[in-house]
Amino acid sequence: MTSRVGFFTDTTLCIGCKACEVACKEWNHVPDDGLNFLGRSYDNTGELNADTWRHVAFIEQPALAPATGIKWLMSSDVCKHCTRAACLDVCPTGSLFRTEFGTVVVQEDICNGCGYCIPACPYGVIAKREPDGRVWKCTLCYDRLKGGMTPACAQACPTESIQFGPLDVLRGRAAERVSELHGQGVTEARLYGDDPNDGVEGAGAFFLLLDEPEVYGLPPDPVASTHRLSSMWRTAGTAGAAFALGLAAAFVGRRS
Amino acid sequence: MKGERRMVPKATPTSYYGQPILKEHVWKGWIPAYFFAGGLAAGLSTIAFHSDRRGRKRLARRSWVASTAALGAGTSFLIADLGRPSRFHHMLRVAKPTSPMSVGTWVLSTFGPATGLAALASVTGWLPRVGRAAGLAAAALAPAMATYTSVLLTDTAVPAWSEARGELPFVFAASAMAAAGAVAIIVTPAAEAGPARRAAVIGSLAEAAGVRVMKESLGQLAEPYHEGHAGDLSSTAETLTLGGAAVVALLGRRRIPAVMGGLLIAAGSLAERFAVVAAGSASARDPSYTVGPQKARLAARAATAF
Repeated sequence: MTSRVGFFTDTTLCIGCKACEVACKEWNHVPDDGLNFLGRSYDNTGELNADTWRHVAFIEQPALAPATGIKWLMSSDVCKHCTRAACLDVCPTGSLFRTEFGTVVVQEDICNGCGYCIPACPYGVIAKREPDGRVWKCTLCYDRLKGGMTPACAQACPTESIQFGPLDVLRGRAAERVSELHGQGVTEARLYGDDPNDGVEGAGAFFLLLDEPEVYGLPPDPVASTHRLSSMWRTAGTAGAAFALGLAAAFVGRRS
Repeated sequence: MKGERRMVPKATPTSYYGQPILKEHVWKGWIPAYFFAGGLAAGLSTIAFHSDRRGRKRLARRSWVASTAALGAGTSFLIADLGRPSRFHHMLRVAKPTSPMSVGTWVLSTFGPATGLAALASVTGWLPRVGRAAGLAAAALAPAMATYTSVLLTDTAVPAWSEARGELPFVFAASAMAAAGAVAIIVTPAAEAGPARRAAVIGSLAEAAGVRVMKESLGQLAEPYHEGHAGDLSSTAETLTLGGAAVVALLGRRRIPAVMGGLLIAAGSLAERFAVVAAGSASARDPSYTVGPQKARLAARAATAF
């Protein structure tokens, strides 16, 4: 296995150009997801789904004094390629798998469209494409990685807001960047998804944010539900025993 | 809850334009219908097994046949729901303990043929020893068959499902028992259906109690079970289940009331499965159910850290 790679998306550098969205669509032949006007600042993409694998969020907030007007928070969201990936864990066909780069990819020739991964994802990333019937999401450009290339979104990003590389290198760089920002007085800067002890055991795509995660549409404390699977099976075992005993008890007593 | 206006506005933690954080499941009605059919089959096979051992030949035979029919229907529901139905056999290319759906696939793939074989032996009288062995296998797998679907739901990021992980298996087990007793009542003359009546009544009471306990322990996350479409389904389910149980308990020795009571209980079990699935959708659609509990969890963790 080659070293694990991922994305570090530094949202302080994002200028909202959406080159990542376009590059992703072009390289991966991701279909049209509608020509929409959403009226949400400059966001007319909406969300990550089967046909959107990079999504730039635009948040308008009151500008910091002495400036007036508004300020923007912009962030390019993507599949987190979790260390503990619930979508992969619950996939019953083995279609979702962990690549040699440590990323999580759907094998489209295997997926039978059962849809279990969709409610399993704590970030709401993976989704079904209709009428195709299968689920689709970011592959972290598996084909480009195979060819030793940078993923299309990171390649296209003009400000290096999207950084691609070995995950441990990115984590070190991100920690440095946060302390640099704190030194400049940007105390609201924080990392999201970089902690290997979090509910998904660290995301392969993590972020530097300037506000709470939910402001960007990210869950504050995502957990891969499969962490609790053995205790869930134990509860089901107790319920199953009660079921067997209850039905056996129905046969005890009078012959009628 | 229904009909009451909320006096205090619901606390909506900040979200991105009010957009859901989670994706709603995209299962059609086939999936809750399968949960019902699978639970029904699990209960019927267990009733059939005990009936065999106690010499209740007619109850046994008809329960085995009804169970096989429920499994046939349920399996076709599962295939119908797939985005690529022609690839249903891809479920069989791996056995993954981390996936409740994979575990369930293998439970269904063993429980189904065992039940079918027991039914065949019961109807034809052929191969009685094979029939007995198959019946034993079906009865042994039935508790897993009745409860794995609850783990399938609780092992997700959906708040109304995952936070019900302590109670949902009991609700599904009781719902399976109630439905099986009810259908056994419908297909068997009243004089022979005593154990089925007891199963139906005990199962119904346990199901209604289990749902109450689940809603109680969910706290604010019980709202999706009380409100909207899921709320309507859930209260309908409770009325049907308890009404049917009362009819069976009081008038169950007479054929016509027994059939009516059985139908009410079975409909209640079916409605409860739809209610649970709909509540999951509602809880995924509203970002406050995702953000609120997670923020509370972070705050609690921060409080213990200092």
